[in-house]
Amino acid sequence: MTDEVGTPKAAPPVPHANNKTRRMVMRSIAMGGAVVGASLFGFFPVLRKWTPRLRPPGAIDEADFLAACIKCGQCVQVCPVRAIELGDLDEGFGVGVPYVPAREQACDFSCDAVQCVLACPTGALSHKISKKEEVRMGLARLDRPNACLARKGEGYKGAARPAPFKGVHRYPEIDRWKPVKLAEYKYDLELCDLCVRECPVPNAISLEPMSKDPGDKRKTPVVHQACVGCGMCEMICPTEPASIVIDIRRKWGDA
Amino acid sequence: MKLLRSFKVMLGAQPEKPTEYTPEALAMMEARRQVKGPEKARQIKEAHAEKHSHKWRNIRWATLIMVNMIFVLSFRFDVQLVEGSLTASRVIGFHFADLNSAIQVMLAYKVILINLVIGTGTVLFMWWLLGGRTFCSWTCPYHLLAEIAEKIHLALAKRKMVVDYPLHRGSRTVLYVVFALLAVASGYTVFESISPTGIVSRALIYGPGLAMVWVLGLLAYEIIFIRRMWCRYICPIGLTYGFVGAVSPLRVTYNMENCLNEGDCRKVCLVPHVLDCTKKTYAEDVNVAIGADCTRCGLCIDACPTGSLKFEVKGLNKLL
Repeated sequence: MTDEVGTPKAAPPVPHANNKTRRMVMRSIAMGGAVVGASLFGFFPVLRKWTPRLRPPGAIDEADFLAACIKCGQCVQVCPVRAIELGDLDEGFGVGVPYVPAREQACDFSCDAVQCVLACPTGALSHKISKKEEVRMGLARLDRPNACLARKGEGYKGAARPAPFKGVHRYPEIDRWKPVKLAEYKYDLELCDLCVRECPVPNAISLEPMSKDPGDKRKTPVVHQACVGCGMCEMICPTEPASIVIDIRRKWGDA
Repeated sequence: MKLLRSFKVMLGAQPEKPTEYTPEALAMMEARRQVKGPEKARQIKEAHAEKHSHKWRNIRWATLIMVNMIFVLSFRFDVQLVEGSLTASRVIGFHFADLNSAIQVMLAYKVILINLVIGTGTVLFMWWLLGGRTFCSWTCPYHLLAEIAEKIHLALAKRKMVVDYPLHRGSRTVLYVVFALLAVASGYTVFESISPTGIVSRALIYGPGLAMVWVLGLLAYEIIFIRRMWCRYICPIGLTYGFVGAVSPLRVTYNMENCLNEGDCRKVCLVPHVLDCTKKTYAEDVNVAIGADCTRCGLCIDACPTGSLKFEVKGLNKLL
C-alpha cells in the first residue's frame, strides 16, 4: 500500500484516434458475437425437438426440409382450406417454415392434387409427389382408445367440432370446391365413424368389429398402410382431445 | 480500379483521398479556393434559404409501401398475381427469389435448385438494372422501420438523450462470411431465422408472431445505442445486393461544379462513406459516380441545395 502511495499516479490516457478505433472494434466484435449468438439460439428448439410439427405434403426429410425451405409461404397461399401455417420464433430455425396444425385445420386435399408441392420454389416439398396417395406426412394412431366413441359403441349427433371451432372441410355433396365450416355441418350417426367417413384417402382407415358377437355394436378404427397422415381424422374426431392423432413423420413399419 | 476501390469501401475500408486529379477537377478546385470564408458562408446560407425537398423520399416511401402492400393485398383478396413474400415469390407466374435467401438455402441444402436459379436470375437482372442496394431502400420493409427509428435516434441525440456508438463497417463483411459458413456447417439457413426483412415481410402478409419481438428489440437498440445498426453493420442482404448493383446503368452521380462542400448530404446518408467524394478535394473528377454501397435512396439528392447530386442513367445523358 505505502509503496503505491509513493509512486506517481499514471496520467489518464489521452483519448486519441487509436483508442477510439480500438473501442469501436471491440464494440463491433461484441455486437457481431451477440448477433451470431442470437442466431444460434435457433439450434435449441430444433435439436431438442421442442415443437414437433406436421409438415405439408411432400416435405422432404426434416433436417433437409429446414435447410431447403426459403420461408416464403407460397404453399400457404395456394391451400384452399388454409391448412398450412408458418412457424414462429419458438421453433428456432423453423421460423417461417410451414406446418399443418392438424387438430385445428387438417389437410383434406381440397386442392385435388398437391398444390402446395407445385407452389414450392425450392423443392422443400418434393416434386416427386403428384397425387395425394403418395403423400407421407405421418401415420394416424388411436391414441386414446378408451375415449373413442366407436369403441364404446356410441353414435354421434351434431357438429363434429362445434363453434367456436373455425376449421373447414370440403363436403363433395354440398359443394365440390367450397369448403364448409365443421361447426356448421351436423351429423346424425348411429355409430360414430367420423374418422373413417371423412378420410380423404381410400383404404387408409376402417372400422373393425371388436368381437365376433353380432349383437356387439362396438367397433375400433384400424389404420392401414395407405394412411398418408394428413390429419383429417385428428381434426374431425369429436372427443376432446382427439382420440386419434397423427404421429409426425412416422412411416408404416416404424416402431 | 475504381470498381475495386468501391468494393473495398463497401467491405469496410476507409475511403481514401485521391492522389491524382483530372485537370478539370484541379481547375475547379483552384477556382473554389479563391472564394473566401465570408463569401462561402453567404453562398451556403443563400443555397439553404429554400426549404428541403422531400421528392425522392416520398416517391421511395410510396414505392416501398406499395410493393409490400401488393404482397399483402394479393394474398388477402386471393388475386394470385403475386404469391409468396420477399424471400421468394411468383409474380404472374415468374419465379423471384431474394438472392441472399437463395444463397443461404443453397449453402445449407447443398443442392442447386433449378427454380431458385431461375428466380435469382430474374431478381439479379432486375436489381442489376436498378443498381446498388436499391432493394434495401426501395423494397425492404425493415428499412422503412429502421428509417423511422433512425429519425427518433437523431431527434433524441439532438437533445443529448442518446449517443451513437458507431461500429466498424467491416463487421458486415465478417458477419457475411460467418453466416455463409454457418449455413454450410450446420445445414440450416441460420441467418434467415433472425433476418428482420423476412420476419417483417411474413408478419405483414401472414400476420405477426413472436418473431416481431426480435425486430422491435433491434429497433429499440438502434434508437438507443447504435444509429441504424442492422442496415449499416450487419445485414448480409445489403452486401449481396451491393455486389449485384455495383455496375449498373442507374446510379447517383456527383457533380463538383456547384457543390459548396457543406456536407448536408452526408448527414442524411445511410452509408455516408460513399459520399466521401463530396468532401473538399476528395473528388478526382468533375463528375463522380457514387459507389457500390449506395442504396439509391435519394435522400442526398433531396438534401442537396445546389443540385450537385443526381440520379443518372449511364449513357442516357449523352442521348438527351
